[in-house]
Amino acid sequence: MNRLAADTWTLTQRDLRHWVAQPTPVVIGLLFPVMTVLMFGFLFGGALSVPGGGNYREFLMPGMFALTMVFSMESTMAAVVTDAQRGVTDRFRSMPMASSAVLLGRSCADMLNAAVGLVVLVVCGLLVGWRSNGSFGATVLAFALLLLLRFALIWVGIYLGLLMNGPEALAAAQILVWPLGFLSSAFVSPDTMPGWLGTVAEWNPLSATVAATRTLFGNPGVGTSWAAENAAVFAVVWPILLVVIFLPLSVRRYRALSH
Amino acid sequence: MGSETAVRAEGLTKRYGGTTVLDGVDLRLERGRVLGLLGQNGAGKTTTARVLTTLLKADSGRAEVAGFDVATEARRVRASIGLVGQHAAVDEVLNGRDNLVMFARLHGLRPSAARARANELLERFRLGDAAKRPVGKYSGGMRRRLDLAASLVCTPKVLFLDEPTTGLDPHSRAEVWAEVRALVAAGTSVLLTTQYLEEADQLADHIAVMAAGRVIAEGSPAALKADLGGDRIEVVLHEAADLARAQAVIAATTGEEPLVDNDTRMIGAPVDDRVRTLTRTVNALHDAGIDVEDVTLRRPTLDEVFLHLTGKEAA
Repeated sequence: MNRLAADTWTLTQRDLRHWVAQPTPVVIGLLFPVMTVLMFGFLFGGALSVPGGGNYREFLMPGMFALTMVFSMESTMAAVVTDAQRGVTDRFRSMPMASSAVLLGRSCADMLNAAVGLVVLVVCGLLVGWRSNGSFGATVLAFALLLLLRFALIWVGIYLGLLMNGPEALAAAQILVWPLGFLSSAFVSPDTMPGWLGTVAEWNPLSATVAATRTLFGNPGVGTSWAAENAAVFAVVWPILLVVIFLPLSVRRYRALSH
Repeated sequence: MGSETAVRAEGLTKRYGGTTVLDGVDLRLERGRVLGLLGQNGAGKTTTARVLTTLLKADSGRAEVAGFDVATEARRVRASIGLVGQHAAVDEVLNGRDNLVMFARLHGLRPSAARARANELLERFRLGDAAKRPVGKYSGGMRRRLDLAASLVCTPKVLFLDEPTTGLDPHSRAEVWAEVRALVAAGTSVLLTTQYLEEADQLADHIAVMAAGRVIAEGSPAALKADLGGDRIEVVLHEAADLARAQAVIAATTGEEPLVDNDTRMIGAPVDDRVRTLTRTVNALHDAGIDVEDVTLRRPTLDEVFLHLTGKEAA
Protein backbone atom coordinates (compact mmCIF):
# COMPACT_ATOMS: atom_id res chain seq x y z
CA MET A 1 0.00 0.00 0.00
CA ASN A 2 2.89 2.32 0.85
CA ARG A 3 4.38 1.43 -2.47
CA LEU A 4 1.15 2.24 -4.26
CA ALA A 5 0.93 5.64 -2.55
CA ALA A 6 4.58 6.44 -3.29
CA ASP A 7 4.32 5.44 -6.96
CA THR A 8 1.04 7.28 -7.40
CA TRP A 9 2.62 10.40 -5.92
CA THR A 10 5.67 10.03 -8.19
CA LEU A 11 3.40 9.93 -11.24
CA THR A 12 1.23 12.79 -9.99
CA GLN A 13 4.39 14.85 -9.51
CA ARG A 14 5.35 14.00 -13.06
CA ASP A 15 2.26 15.81 -14.33
CA LEU A 16 2.83 18.76 -12.03
CA ARG A 17 6.32 19.04 -13.50
CA HIS A 18 4.75 19.02 -16.96
CA TRP A 19 2.79 22.14 -16.01
CA VAL A 20 6.02 23.89 -15.10
CA ALA A 21 8.07 22.56 -18.00
CA GLN A 22 5.44 23.19 -20.64
CA PRO A 23 2.99 25.80 -19.37
CA THR A 24 1.52 26.79 -22.74
CA PRO A 25 -0.99 23.91 -23.12
CA VAL A 26 -1.99 24.30 -19.47
CA VAL A 27 -2.58 28.02 -19.87
CA ILE A 28 -4.55 27.46 -23.07
CA GLY A 29 -6.56 24.76 -21.30
CA LEU A 30 -7.37 27.26 -18.55
CA LEU A 31 -8.08 30.18 -20.85
CA PHE A 32 -10.34 28.35 -23.28
CA PRO A 33 -13.29 28.20 -20.85
CA VAL A 34 -12.65 31.82 -19.89
CA MET A 35 -12.88 32.77 -23.56
CA THR A 36 -16.09 30.75 -23.88
CA VAL A 37 -17.56 32.61 -20.91
CA LEU A 38 -16.77 35.94 -22.53
CA MET A 39 -18.11 34.76 -25.88
CA PHE A 40 -21.41 33.43 -24.56
CA GLY A 41 -21.72 35.91 -21.74
CA PHE A 42 -21.36 39.02 -23.86
CA LEU A 43 -21.56 37.99 -27.54
CA PHE A 44 -24.46 35.49 -27.68
CA GLY A 45 -25.85 36.06 -24.22
CA GLY A 46 -27.89 39.08 -25.21
CA ALA A 47 -29.89 36.96 -27.64
CA LEU A 48 -30.33 34.08 -25.23
CA SER A 49 -33.02 33.99 -22.61
CA VAL A 50 -32.93 32.42 -19.20
CA PRO A 51 -35.89 30.10 -18.54
CA GLY A 52 -37.91 31.75 -15.82
CA GLY A 53 -35.98 34.99 -16.22
CA GLY A 54 -32.73 36.18 -14.69
CA ASN A 55 -29.22 37.26 -15.62
CA TYR A 56 -27.74 35.17 -18.43
CA ARG A 57 -24.22 35.20 -17.02
CA GLU A 58 -25.52 33.93 -13.68
CA PHE A 59 -27.23 31.17 -15.66
CA LEU A 60 -24.14 30.51 -17.76
CA MET A 61 -21.48 30.02 -15.08
CA PRO A 62 -22.72 26.73 -13.54
CA GLY A 63 -23.00 25.43 -17.10
CA MET A 64 -19.42 26.51 -17.82
CA PHE A 65 -18.09 24.93 -14.62
CA ALA A 66 -19.61 21.59 -15.56
CA LEU A 67 -18.68 21.92 -19.23
CA THR A 68 -15.05 22.46 -18.26
CA MET A 69 -15.16 19.19 -16.32
CA VAL A 70 -16.42 17.46 -19.47
CA PHE A 71 -13.95 19.03 -21.89
CA SER A 72 -10.93 18.22 -19.74
CA MET A 73 -11.70 14.57 -20.54
CA GLU A 74 -9.84 15.33 -23.77
CA SER A 75 -6.61 15.96 -21.90
CA THR A 76 -7.01 12.71 -19.96
CA MET A 77 -7.42 10.76 -23.21
CA ALA A 78 -4.51 12.59 -24.84
CA ALA A 79 -2.17 11.85 -21.93
CA VAL A 80 -3.06 8.15 -21.93
CA VAL A 81 -2.64 7.84 -25.71
CA THR A 82 0.68 9.73 -25.73
CA ASP A 83 2.21 7.53 -23.03
CA ALA A 84 1.12 4.39 -24.83
CA GLN A 85 2.51 5.58 -28.16
CA ARG A 86 5.86 6.76 -26.84
CA GLY A 87 6.41 3.43 -25.08
CA VAL A 88 6.31 5.11 -21.67
CA THR A 89 3.39 2.92 -20.59
CA ASP A 90 5.41 -0.15 -21.55
CA ARG A 91 8.38 1.09 -19.58
CA PHE A 92 6.15 1.50 -16.53
CA ARG A 93 4.78 -1.99 -17.09
CA SER A 94 8.28 -3.47 -17.28
CA MET A 95 9.19 -1.94 -13.90
CA PRO A 96 8.59 -3.42 -10.44
CA MET A 97 6.20 -0.63 -9.50
CA ALA A 98 2.62 -0.85 -8.23
CA SER A 99 0.74 -1.32 -11.50
CA SER A 100 -2.43 0.48 -10.35
CA ALA A 101 -0.30 3.57 -9.70
CA VAL A 102 -0.18 4.31 -13.44
CA LEU A 103 -3.94 4.86 -13.61
CA LEU A 104 -4.26 6.33 -10.12
CA GLY A 105 -1.48 8.82 -10.79
CA ARG A 106 -3.26 9.89 -13.96
CA SER A 107 -6.53 10.48 -12.09
CA CYS A 108 -4.84 12.36 -9.20
CA ALA A 109 -3.03 14.69 -11.59
CA ASP A 110 -6.22 15.31 -13.57
CA MET A 111 -8.19 16.03 -10.39
CA LEU A 112 -5.61 18.64 -9.40
CA ASN A 113 -5.87 20.08 -12.90
CA ALA A 114 -9.67 20.21 -12.55
CA ALA A 115 -9.39 22.00 -9.21
CA VAL A 116 -7.07 24.63 -10.67
CA GLY A 117 -9.36 24.99 -13.68
CA LEU A 118 -12.33 25.63 -11.39
CA VAL A 119 -10.44 28.25 -9.41
CA VAL A 120 -9.55 30.15 -12.60
CA LEU A 121 -13.11 29.93 -13.84
CA VAL A 122 -14.56 31.07 -10.50
CA VAL A 123 -12.35 34.16 -10.62
CA CYS A 124 -13.50 34.77 -14.19
CA GLY A 125 -17.13 34.30 -13.10
CA LEU A 126 -16.78 36.74 -10.24
CA LEU A 127 -15.32 39.28 -12.65
CA VAL A 128 -18.29 39.02 -15.04
CA GLY A 129 -20.79 39.36 -12.22
CA TRP A 130 -21.54 35.77 -11.22
CA ARG A 131 -22.20 35.15 -7.53
CA SER A 132 -23.12 32.14 -5.47
CA ASN A 133 -26.30 33.11 -3.66
CA GLY A 134 -26.38 29.82 -1.78
CA SER A 135 -25.05 29.17 1.70
CA PHE A 136 -21.37 28.35 2.26
CA GLY A 137 -22.25 24.67 2.69
CA ALA A 138 -24.33 24.62 -0.48
CA THR A 139 -21.55 26.31 -2.42
CA VAL A 140 -18.97 23.77 -1.23
CA LEU A 141 -21.36 20.96 -2.11
CA ALA A 142 -21.82 22.38 -5.60
CA PHE A 143 -18.05 22.33 -6.23
CA ALA A 144 -17.89 18.81 -4.80
CA LEU A 145 -20.51 17.71 -7.36
CA LEU A 146 -18.48 19.30 -10.15
CA LEU A 147 -15.33 17.47 -9.07
CA LEU A 148 -17.31 14.24 -8.75
CA LEU A 149 -18.37 14.62 -12.39
CA ARG A 150 -14.77 15.21 -13.39
CA PHE A 151 -13.63 12.17 -11.42
CA ALA A 152 -16.16 10.01 -13.23
CA LEU A 153 -15.15 11.38 -16.63
CA ILE A 154 -11.45 10.76 -15.89
CA TRP A 155 -12.20 7.05 -15.89
CA VAL A 156 -14.22 7.33 -19.09
CA GLY A 157 -11.24 9.21 -20.59
CA ILE A 158 -8.69 6.66 -19.35
CA TYR A 159 -10.74 3.80 -20.73
CA LEU A 160 -11.23 5.42 -24.13
CA GLY A 161 -7.54 6.42 -24.19
CA LEU A 162 -6.49 2.82 -23.57
CA LEU A 163 -8.77 1.65 -26.39
CA MET A 164 -7.30 4.05 -28.93
CA ASN A 165 -4.30 3.19 -31.00
CA GLY A 166 -3.32 6.49 -32.53
CA PRO A 167 -3.69 10.23 -32.79
CA GLU A 168 -6.46 9.92 -35.41
CA ALA A 169 -8.72 8.03 -33.02
CA LEU A 170 -7.89 10.60 -30.39
CA ALA A 171 -8.88 13.49 -32.64
CA ALA A 172 -12.17 11.76 -33.47
CA ALA A 173 -12.96 11.13 -29.82
CA GLN A 174 -12.12 14.70 -28.92
CA ILE A 175 -14.64 15.96 -31.44
CA LEU A 176 -17.28 13.64 -30.00
CA VAL A 177 -16.88 15.30 -26.62
CA TRP A 178 -18.37 18.47 -28.11
CA PRO A 179 -21.95 17.26 -28.64
CA LEU A 180 -21.86 15.74 -25.17
CA GLY A 181 -20.98 19.18 -23.86
CA PHE A 182 -23.35 21.27 -25.95
CA LEU A 183 -26.31 18.88 -25.96
CA SER A 184 -27.08 19.85 -22.39
CA SER A 185 -28.55 22.64 -20.35
CA ALA A 186 -25.15 24.39 -20.08
CA PHE A 187 -25.86 27.23 -22.53
CA VAL A 188 -29.56 27.13 -23.21
CA SER A 189 -32.62 25.59 -21.63
CA PRO A 190 -33.56 22.20 -23.16
CA ASP A 191 -37.12 23.60 -23.35
CA THR A 192 -36.01 25.64 -26.38
CA MET A 193 -34.82 22.53 -28.29
CA PRO A 194 -36.98 20.24 -30.48
CA GLY A 195 -38.77 17.71 -28.27
CA TRP A 196 -36.56 14.62 -28.54
CA LEU A 197 -33.34 16.66 -28.53
CA GLY A 198 -34.51 18.47 -25.41
CA THR A 199 -35.12 15.14 -23.72
CA VAL A 200 -31.60 13.93 -24.58
CA ALA A 201 -30.16 17.20 -23.27
CA GLU A 202 -32.31 16.95 -20.16
CA TRP A 203 -30.98 13.47 -19.35
CA ASN A 204 -27.37 14.23 -20.20
CA PRO A 205 -25.31 13.55 -17.04
CA LEU A 206 -23.79 16.98 -17.55
CA SER A 207 -27.24 18.61 -17.31
CA ALA A 208 -27.89 16.93 -13.97
CA THR A 209 -24.74 18.47 -12.51
CA VAL A 210 -25.53 21.82 -14.13
CA ALA A 211 -29.08 21.93 -12.73
CA ALA A 212 -27.98 20.72 -9.30
CA THR A 213 -25.22 23.33 -9.04
CA ARG A 214 -27.57 26.08 -10.30
CA THR A 215 -29.86 25.17 -7.42
CA LEU A 216 -27.03 25.07 -4.88
CA PHE A 217 -25.50 28.34 -6.11
CA GLY A 218 -28.96 29.90 -6.15
CA ASN A 219 -28.51 30.78 -9.82
CA PRO A 220 -31.47 31.14 -12.19
CA GLY A 221 -32.78 28.85 -14.91
CA VAL A 222 -32.88 25.47 -13.19
CA GLY A 223 -35.84 24.38 -15.28
CA THR A 224 -39.04 22.67 -14.32
CA SER A 225 -38.75 19.22 -15.87
CA TRP A 226 -38.78 16.16 -13.67
CA ALA A 227 -35.09 15.49 -14.39
CA ALA A 228 -34.20 19.08 -13.48
CA GLU A 229 -36.22 19.07 -10.30
CA ASN A 230 -34.54 15.88 -9.14
CA ALA A 231 -31.15 16.97 -10.43
CA ALA A 232 -29.38 16.61 -7.07
CA VAL A 233 -30.03 12.88 -7.11
CA PHE A 234 -28.88 12.46 -10.70
CA ALA A 235 -25.82 14.66 -10.16
CA VAL A 236 -24.69 12.01 -7.66
CA VAL A 237 -26.05 8.89 -9.32
CA TRP A 238 -24.80 9.55 -12.87
CA PRO A 239 -21.11 10.04 -11.93
CA ILE A 240 -21.14 7.11 -9.52
CA LEU A 241 -22.66 4.94 -12.23
CA LEU A 242 -19.94 6.05 -14.65
CA VAL A 243 -17.22 5.25 -12.10
CA VAL A 244 -18.74 1.86 -11.34
CA ILE A 245 -18.71 1.03 -15.06
CA PHE A 246 -15.53 2.66 -16.31
CA LEU A 247 -13.09 2.22 -13.43
CA PRO A 248 -13.21 -1.60 -13.59
CA LEU A 249 -13.23 -1.43 -17.40
CA SER A 250 -10.10 0.74 -17.35
CA VAL A 251 -8.30 -1.58 -14.93
CA ARG A 252 -9.29 -4.58 -17.03
CA ARG A 253 -8.18 -2.90 -20.22
CA TYR A 254 -4.85 -1.94 -18.64
CA ARG A 255 -4.26 -5.51 -17.51
CA ALA A 256 -5.28 -6.79 -20.93
CA LEU A 257 -2.39 -4.90 -22.51
CA SER A 258 -0.42 -8.08 -21.80
CA HIS A 259 -2.71 -10.22 -23.98
CA MET B 1 17.42 -23.87 -13.89
CA GLY B 2 21.06 -23.23 -13.19
CA SER B 3 22.15 -19.85 -11.94
CA GLU B 4 24.40 -19.60 -14.99
CA THR B 5 21.41 -19.08 -17.25
CA ALA B 6 20.12 -15.51 -17.58
CA VAL B 7 17.27 -16.25 -19.96
CA ARG B 8 15.68 -19.51 -20.88
CA ALA B 9 12.62 -19.83 -23.07
CA GLU B 10 10.96 -23.08 -24.04
CA GLY B 11 8.31 -23.48 -26.69
CA LEU B 12 6.89 -19.96 -26.54
CA THR B 13 3.85 -19.48 -28.73
CA LYS B 14 1.66 -16.47 -29.35
CA ARG B 15 -1.28 -16.05 -31.72
CA TYR B 16 -3.29 -12.98 -32.61
CA GLY B 17 -6.54 -14.05 -34.19
CA GLY B 18 -5.51 -16.36 -36.99
CA THR B 19 -1.91 -15.14 -37.15
CA THR B 20 0.82 -17.09 -35.43
CA VAL B 21 3.42 -14.64 -34.22
CA LEU B 22 5.50 -17.03 -32.12
CA ASP B 23 5.56 -20.63 -33.19
CA GLY B 24 7.53 -22.42 -30.47
CA VAL B 25 10.54 -20.27 -29.62
CA ASP B 26 13.39 -21.82 -27.64
CA LEU B 27 16.19 -19.58 -26.42
CA ARG B 28 18.99 -19.65 -23.94
CA LEU B 29 21.25 -16.84 -22.77
CA GLU B 30 24.17 -17.63 -20.49
CA ARG B 31 24.96 -15.19 -17.73
CA GLY B 32 27.32 -12.38 -18.76
CA ARG B 33 26.83 -13.09 -22.45
CA VAL B 34 25.09 -11.37 -25.35
CA LEU B 35 22.42 -13.17 -27.33
CA GLY B 36 21.54 -11.57 -30.64
CA LEU B 37 18.03 -12.20 -31.92
CA LEU B 38 18.34 -11.52 -35.62
CA GLY B 39 15.44 -11.27 -38.03
CA GLN B 40 13.46 -9.14 -40.39
CA ASN B 41 10.37 -7.15 -39.45
CA GLY B 42 7.59 -9.46 -38.39
CA ALA B 43 9.91 -12.36 -37.57
CA GLY B 44 8.77 -12.35 -33.94
CA LYS B 45 11.83 -10.76 -32.30
CA THR B 46 9.97 -7.96 -30.56
CA THR B 47 7.14 -10.25 -29.50
CA THR B 48 9.72 -12.57 -27.94
CA ALA B 49 11.33 -9.64 -26.13
CA ARG B 50 7.90 -8.50 -24.90
CA VAL B 51 7.12 -11.94 -23.50
CA LEU B 52 10.48 -12.09 -21.74
CA THR B 53 10.05 -8.61 -20.23
CA THR B 54 6.56 -9.52 -18.86
CA LEU B 55 4.80 -7.07 -21.19
CA LEU B 56 3.00 -9.85 -23.02
CA LYS B 57 1.71 -13.24 -21.93
CA ALA B 58 2.60 -16.16 -24.16
CA ASP B 59 -0.21 -18.56 -25.12
CA SER B 60 1.95 -21.50 -24.19
CA GLY B 61 5.51 -22.39 -23.32
CA ARG B 62 7.50 -21.07 -20.41
CA ALA B 63 10.31 -18.65 -19.83
CA GLU B 64 12.59 -17.74 -16.98
CA VAL B 65 14.57 -14.53 -16.68
CA ALA B 66 17.24 -14.14 -13.98
CA GLY B 67 15.86 -17.33 -12.43
CA PHE B 68 12.25 -16.13 -12.19
CA ASP B 69 9.24 -17.30 -14.16
CA VAL B 70 7.93 -14.46 -16.38
CA ALA B 71 4.33 -15.55 -15.94
CA THR B 72 4.16 -16.26 -12.20
CA GLU B 73 6.96 -14.10 -10.82
CA ALA B 74 6.56 -11.05 -13.04
CA ARG B 75 7.33 -8.58 -10.25
CA ARG B 76 10.68 -10.22 -9.48
CA VAL B 77 11.53 -10.44 -13.17
CA ARG B 78 10.80 -6.71 -13.49
CA ALA B 79 13.11 -5.94 -10.58
CA SER B 80 15.93 -7.78 -12.38
CA ILE B 81 15.68 -6.39 -15.89
CA GLY B 82 16.15 -3.24 -17.91
CA LEU B 83 14.36 -2.63 -21.20
CA VAL B 84 15.31 -0.42 -24.10
CA GLY B 85 12.49 -0.51 -26.63
CA GLN B 86 12.33 0.59 -30.24
CA HIS B 87 11.22 4.10 -29.36
CA ALA B 88 13.04 6.04 -26.69
CA ALA B 89 10.49 5.50 -23.93
CA VAL B 90 11.15 8.65 -21.98
CA ASP B 91 9.00 11.63 -21.06
CA GLU B 92 9.56 14.25 -23.75
CA VAL B 93 8.31 17.14 -21.67
CA LEU B 94 10.44 16.48 -18.59
CA ASN B 95 14.15 17.18 -18.57
CA GLY B 96 16.74 14.41 -18.51
CA ARG B 97 17.32 14.50 -14.78
CA ASP B 98 13.62 14.48 -13.85
CA ASN B 99 13.12 11.49 -16.13
CA LEU B 100 15.82 9.48 -14.42
CA VAL B 101 14.71 10.52 -10.92
CA MET B 102 11.15 9.46 -11.78
CA PHE B 103 12.20 6.04 -13.07
CA ALA B 104 14.55 5.53 -10.10
CA ARG B 105 11.70 6.41 -7.70
CA LEU B 106 9.42 3.94 -9.47
CA HIS B 107 12.13 1.31 -8.99
CA GLY B 108 11.74 1.90 -5.26
CA LEU B 109 14.70 4.21 -4.57
CA ARG B 110 14.22 6.88 -1.92
CA PRO B 111 14.21 10.48 -3.18
CA SER B 112 17.81 11.23 -2.18
CA ALA B 113 19.09 7.91 -3.56
CA ALA B 114 17.10 8.47 -6.76
CA ARG B 115 18.66 11.89 -7.27
CA ALA B 116 22.15 10.52 -6.64
CA ARG B 117 21.58 7.66 -9.09
CA ALA B 118 20.21 10.07 -11.70
CA ASN B 119 23.27 12.32 -11.44
CA GLU B 120 25.60 9.33 -11.65
CA LEU B 121 23.91 8.10 -14.83
CA LEU B 122 23.80 11.57 -16.39
CA GLU B 123 27.54 11.88 -15.96
CA ARG B 124 28.21 8.41 -17.23
CA PHE B 125 26.15 8.96 -20.37
CA ARG B 126 27.59 12.43 -20.96
CA LEU B 127 24.22 14.08 -20.43
CA GLY B 128 25.31 16.25 -17.51
CA ASP B 129 25.15 19.45 -19.55
CA ALA B 130 21.73 18.57 -20.94
CA ALA B 131 20.32 17.44 -17.58
CA LYS B 132 17.99 20.42 -17.30
CA ARG B 133 16.88 20.54 -20.91
CA PRO B 134 13.52 19.03 -21.93
CA VAL B 135 14.07 15.66 -23.60
CA GLY B 136 11.98 16.81 -26.57
CA LYS B 137 14.93 19.01 -27.51
CA TYR B 138 17.50 16.17 -27.37
CA SER B 139 19.08 14.72 -30.50
CA GLY B 140 18.25 11.13 -31.43
CA GLY B 141 21.55 9.91 -30.02
CA MET B 142 21.10 11.76 -26.72
CA ARG B 143 17.58 10.48 -26.36
CA ARG B 144 18.79 6.94 -26.91
CA ARG B 145 21.53 7.41 -24.31
CA LEU B 146 18.95 8.69 -21.83
CA ASP B 147 16.73 5.73 -22.66
CA LEU B 148 19.64 3.40 -21.97
CA ALA B 149 20.39 5.24 -18.72
CA ALA B 150 16.71 4.92 -17.71
CA SER B 151 16.89 1.17 -18.20
CA LEU B 152 19.92 0.99 -15.92
CA VAL B 153 18.56 2.82 -12.88
CA CYS B 154 18.21 -0.48 -11.02
CA THR B 155 21.49 -2.05 -12.29
CA PRO B 156 19.67 -4.86 -14.11
CA LYS B 157 20.97 -8.41 -14.23
CA VAL B 158 19.54 -8.87 -17.71
CA LEU B 159 19.24 -6.05 -20.19
CA PHE B 160 16.84 -6.27 -23.13
CA LEU B 161 17.68 -4.14 -26.14
CA ASP B 162 14.94 -4.17 -28.76
CA GLU B 163 16.48 -2.79 -31.96
CA PRO B 164 18.48 -0.26 -29.96
CA THR B 165 20.12 1.48 -32.91
CA THR B 166 17.27 1.61 -35.41
CA GLY B 167 17.13 5.12 -36.83
CA LEU B 168 20.44 6.24 -35.32
CA ASP B 169 23.29 7.76 -37.28
CA PRO B 170 26.52 5.71 -37.49
CA HIS B 171 28.22 7.76 -34.77
CA SER B 172 25.38 7.32 -32.27
CA ARG B 173 25.18 3.67 -33.19
CA ALA B 174 28.86 3.19 -32.37
CA GLU B 175 28.27 4.95 -29.04
CA VAL B 176 25.46 2.59 -28.12
CA TRP B 177 27.60 -0.39 -29.09
CA ALA B 178 30.47 0.84 -26.92
CA GLU B 179 28.09 1.28 -23.99
CA VAL B 180 26.67 -2.22 -24.42
CA ARG B 181 30.19 -3.67 -24.48
CA ALA B 182 31.03 -1.84 -21.26
CA LEU B 183 27.90 -3.22 -19.60
CA VAL B 184 28.71 -6.75 -20.68
CA ALA B 185 32.28 -6.34 -19.41
CA ALA B 186 30.75 -5.38 -16.06
CA GLY B 187 28.78 -8.63 -15.99
CA THR B 188 25.36 -7.71 -17.43
CA SER B 189 23.67 -10.31 -19.60
CA VAL B 190 22.16 -8.81 -22.75
CA LEU B 191 19.45 -9.98 -25.10
CA LEU B 192 19.58 -7.90 -28.26
CA THR B 193 17.11 -7.92 -31.11
CA THR B 194 18.27 -6.46 -34.38
CA GLN B 195 17.68 -6.38 -38.11
CA TYR B 196 21.33 -5.69 -38.76
CA LEU B 197 23.64 -8.59 -39.29
CA GLU B 198 26.55 -6.29 -38.57
CA GLU B 199 25.12 -5.31 -35.19
CA ALA B 200 24.62 -8.90 -34.12
CA ASP B 201 28.10 -9.65 -35.42
CA GLN B 202 29.62 -6.76 -33.45
CA LEU B 203 27.94 -7.44 -30.12
CA ALA B 204 26.63 -10.96 -29.82
CA ASP B 205 28.43 -14.09 -28.62
CA HIS B 206 25.58 -16.16 -29.88
CA ILE B 207 23.04 -15.43 -32.60
CA ALA B 208 19.58 -16.87 -33.02
CA VAL B 209 18.08 -16.17 -36.42
CA MET B 210 14.30 -15.82 -36.39
CA ALA B 211 11.82 -16.07 -39.23
CA ALA B 212 8.05 -16.53 -39.11
CA GLY B 213 7.97 -16.88 -35.33
CA ARG B 214 10.65 -19.56 -35.08
CA VAL B 215 14.37 -19.79 -34.50
CA ILE B 216 15.62 -21.15 -37.81
CA ALA B 217 19.34 -21.16 -37.06
CA GLU B 218 21.64 -20.40 -34.18
CA GLY B 219 25.27 -20.41 -33.30
CA SER B 220 28.25 -18.15 -32.89
CA PRO B 221 28.54 -15.36 -35.48
CA ALA B 222 31.59 -17.08 -36.96
CA ALA B 223 29.79 -20.40 -37.28
CA LEU B 224 26.75 -18.81 -38.91
CA LYS B 225 28.87 -16.93 -41.40
CA ALA B 226 30.94 -19.97 -42.22
CA ASP B 227 27.68 -21.70 -42.90
CA LEU B 228 26.84 -18.96 -45.38
CA GLY B 229 30.12 -19.19 -47.21
CA GLY B 230 31.41 -15.97 -45.69
CA ASP B 231 31.89 -12.69 -47.51
CA ARG B 232 31.49 -11.80 -51.16
CA ILE B 233 33.78 -10.05 -53.58
CA GLU B 234 32.18 -7.80 -56.17
CA VAL B 235 34.10 -6.44 -59.14
CA VAL B 236 32.74 -3.78 -61.49
CA LEU B 237 34.44 -3.61 -64.90
CA HIS B 238 35.11 -0.63 -67.08
CA GLU B 239 34.20 -2.41 -70.31
CA ALA B 240 31.31 -4.84 -70.69
CA ALA B 241 33.39 -6.62 -73.34
CA ASP B 242 35.73 -7.90 -70.64
CA LEU B 243 32.97 -9.63 -68.65
CA ALA B 244 33.50 -13.13 -69.98
CA ARG B 245 37.29 -13.07 -69.50
CA ALA B 246 36.97 -11.53 -66.04
CA GLN B 247 34.44 -14.19 -65.08
CA ALA B 248 36.97 -16.88 -65.91
CA VAL B 249 39.70 -15.12 -63.93
CA ILE B 250 37.49 -14.71 -60.86
CA ALA B 251 36.30 -18.30 -61.08
CA ALA B 252 39.94 -19.33 -60.95
CA THR B 253 40.97 -17.11 -58.04
CA THR B 254 37.94 -17.77 -55.83
CA GLY B 255 37.31 -21.34 -56.80
CA GLU B 256 33.58 -20.51 -57.00
CA GLU B 257 31.15 -19.99 -59.85
CA PRO B 258 30.75 -16.16 -60.08
CA LEU B 259 27.46 -14.43 -60.81
CA VAL B 260 27.53 -11.90 -63.64
CA ASP B 261 25.26 -8.89 -63.97
CA ASN B 262 25.58 -7.55 -67.53
CA ASP B 263 23.69 -4.30 -66.88
CA THR B 264 25.94 -3.10 -64.07
CA ARG B 265 29.05 -4.89 -65.45
CA MET B 266 29.42 -6.54 -62.07
CA ILE B 267 30.78 -9.94 -61.18
CA GLY B 268 30.26 -11.34 -57.69
CA ALA B 269 31.51 -14.44 -55.91
CA PRO B 270 31.84 -15.78 -52.37
CA VAL B 271 35.31 -15.65 -50.80
CA ASP B 272 36.63 -17.54 -47.77
CA ASP B 273 39.86 -15.82 -46.84
CA ARG B 274 38.82 -12.24 -47.52
CA VAL B 275 41.85 -10.07 -48.22
CA ARG B 276 44.09 -12.78 -49.65
CA THR B 277 41.52 -13.70 -52.26
CA LEU B 278 40.84 -10.05 -52.92
CA THR B 279 44.52 -9.35 -53.58
CA ARG B 280 44.88 -12.44 -55.73
CA THR B 281 41.82 -11.50 -57.77
CA VAL B 282 42.82 -7.89 -58.31
CA ASN B 283 46.35 -8.94 -59.35
CA ALA B 284 45.03 -11.59 -61.73
CA LEU B 285 42.64 -9.11 -63.35
CA HIS B 286 45.47 -6.61 -63.71
CA ASP B 287 47.73 -9.24 -65.25
CA ALA B 288 44.99 -10.14 -67.71
CA GLY B 289 44.81 -6.47 -68.73
CA ILE B 290 41.20 -6.07 -67.59
CA ASP B 291 40.24 -2.54 -66.62
CA VAL B 292 38.56 -2.59 -63.20
CA GLU B 293 36.32 0.29 -62.12
CA ASP B 294 35.48 -0.81 -58.57
CA VAL B 295 36.18 -3.66 -56.18
CA THR B 296 34.32 -4.29 -52.94
CA LEU B 297 34.47 -6.95 -50.29
CA ARG B 298 31.21 -7.15 -48.37
CA ARG B 299 29.40 -9.25 -45.84
CA PRO B 300 26.30 -11.07 -46.88
CA THR B 301 23.21 -8.93 -46.32
CA LEU B 302 20.45 -10.06 -44.04
CA ASP B 303 18.39 -10.79 -47.14
CA GLU B 304 21.06 -13.18 -48.37
CA VAL B 305 21.23 -14.83 -44.94
CA PHE B 306 17.50 -15.39 -45.01
CA LEU B 307 17.47 -16.58 -48.58
CA HIS B 308 20.17 -19.02 -47.68
CA LEU B 309 18.56 -20.22 -44.43
CA THR B 310 14.99 -20.36 -45.61
CA GLY B 311 16.14 -21.99 -48.83
CA LYS B 312 17.89 -24.63 -46.77
CA GLU B 313 14.78 -25.10 -44.61
CA ALA B 314 12.65 -25.68 -47.64
CA ALA B 315 15.09 -28.15 -49.13
